[in-house]
Amino acid sequence: MVSEKGSFSIQKLIEEKKKNKSAHTIIEKLVPFILLFTAVLSVLTTLGIVFTLIFETFTFFSKVSFIEFITEKKWYPFSETKGTYGILPLVSGTLRVTLIAIIVAVPIGLASAVFLSEYASERTRRIIKPILEVLAGIPTIVYGFFALTFVTPILRQFIPTLEIFNALSPGIVIGIMITPMIASLSEDAMTSVPNSMREGALALGSTKFEVSMKVVLPAAISGIVSSIVLAISRAIGETMIVAVAGGSTPTWGWDVTSSIQTMTAYIVQVSTGDAGYGTTIYYSIYAVGMTLFVFTLLMNLLAQYISKRFREEY
Amino acid sequence: MASVIEHISDETNRENVYKTKELNLWYGENHALKNINLDINENEVTAIIGPSGCGKSTYIKTLNRMIELIPGVKTSGEISYRGRNILDRSYKVEDLRTKVGMVFQKPNPFPKSIYENVVYGPKIHGIRDKKILDEIVEKSLKGAAIWDEVKDRLNQNAYGLSGGQQQRLCIARCLAIEPDVILMDEPTSALDPISTLKVEELVQELKQNFSIIIVTHNMQQAARISDKTAFFLSGEVIEFNLTNKIFSTPSDKRTEDYITGRFG
Ligand SMILES: Nc1ncnc2c1ncn2[C@@H]1O[C@H](COP(=O)(O)OP(=O)(O)O)[C@@H](O)[C@H]1O
Ligand SMILES: [Mg+2]
Repeated sequence: MVSEKGSFSIQKLIEEKKKNKSAHTIIEKLVPFILLFTAVLSVLTTLGIVFTLIFETFTFFSKVSFIEFITEKKWYPFSETKGTYGILPLVSGTLRVTLIAIIVAVPIGLASAVFLSEYASERTRRIIKPILEVLAGIPTIVYGFFALTFVTPILRQFIPTLEIFNALSPGIVIGIMITPMIASLSEDAMTSVPNSMREGALALGSTKFEVSMKVVLPAAISGIVSSIVLAISRAIGETMIVAVAGGSTPTWGWDVTSSIQTMTAYIVQVSTGDAGYGTTIYYSIYAVGMTLFVFTLLMNLLAQYISKRFREEY
Repeated sequence: MASVIEHISDETNRENVYKTKELNLWYGENHALKNINLDINENEVTAIIGPSGCGKSTYIKTLNRMIELIPGVKTSGEISYRGRNILDRSYKVEDLRTKVGMVFQKPNPFPKSIYENVVYGPKIHGIRDKKILDEIVEKSLKGAAIWDEVKDRLNQNAYGLSGGQQQRLCIARCLAIEPDVILMDEPTSALDPISTLKVEELVQELKQNFSIIIVTHNMQQAARISDKTAFFLSGEVIEFNLTNKIFSTPSDKRTEDYITGRFG
């Protein structure tokens, strides 16, 4: 026993402390309930949102045929007579912007990640990583005006047919916006690849570049794919940049030089306008929102599939 | 402290693969290798023994310049490999490592299939022909005494193998580019006794075709498998001689103390 020589007995002290513990015991017992409550609250909120979305979407489809919605290539909700609700123009608007953003962001983001994780010194990395995270926090309205007042005029110097509002400029700027996210998350995935693997490859006579491309990148692929999907989901859901610089002309096709409208920009247009409660236009934003939701859901499922399929376990 | 390395009665007239002359190495201020002089023969197993922290890993990593990965390392002196000083800046490190393979303390296969692990080296060196690659895989896995255990699951992930199998796979990966020298840094310290025995037998066989330099913490292992042994202590080579001499009649008191287990 430790207590024999000391002036106090540790076991006795513990006994005494235990007596004052009734308050603690109550807290110990309450904590699981409090945690459960908050968990249930957040799940219920989400369910509530999804339920509203589904409910209002059903109401919309009682007014407009589902077939028209997914096949019609015209979106004229504000028509004097009866509106036409074909989602394809809005979808093609979103896809054009998103594709341009991906073309910009994936190569630059991945190249930065490889640089930071494999080539940069510890010091450089410590400086650049926080900058990337700050860039990811800039309000998107700022990017919107950057697209409209800076990028569009420059692009118009090179492409004279480019309209003031177009898909190209917001697409590029969304690409710039999501690049730091891809870079930062992919860098995390690549840095967590154990050094022993790099050493194994170097010891076989690989160059640094071969190690990055053939060992580190494949080993980190699951994290990299998730980062790209997350970034694409953000691009699809991005609202302010396209609302400011993309225009409000729903057009079907792949032209990136003229004015477009994306799903999100349409929702903004209606919510900030004066479409009365209960009108078809009012319900249409839920149907568009639902479509958006389905797109992001599909993206996430795809991501899970890809990262499972190509995962390299270690 | 005169090192006893001048006269090794050596009946064979094998050529040197490595000649180390006056090698010194510093980690920043820490003088980790002091005036190392060692000549290593081809087609022999050379063991490096000594207590923890005496510089065994540092020395073996200098032989393929993996030591360069650690920032702040400085060297002086010369290591000539087949007649050329590898510490010379103009020596391309990728060329050196294509000739000098390495097996690490902890098995470090790539998170790829067994097949892809073996063909990684040949592929980065430009061999693409599927038929040749298939042959390399079979030959290397047989060479590493693991072919029978894995031949039916070449496309499965290497991380599904046991530790001992992973280490033999790493040896196969190394054999796949047919190196001249194989460096091994305590290759069995993470393995169970049976796997250890398998790797030891393997080393015996491999010396027919390769020169092997093996760091080991385990003196019985050095005695069992090596032709020559170098005893390191505090960054110096205390004694370098035929293994049976070192273990029967060591010339230096410190060597004797170490091998009789009085320290370390
Ligand atoms: N990365 C490193 N940075 C600084 N000092 C190191 C590093 N690695 C090893 N050392 C030092 O070099 C000496 C030799 O280490 P090492 O070669 O690993 O010994 P061994 O393999 O014989 O146990 C030790 O004093 C150790 O502290
Ligand atoms: Mg060591």
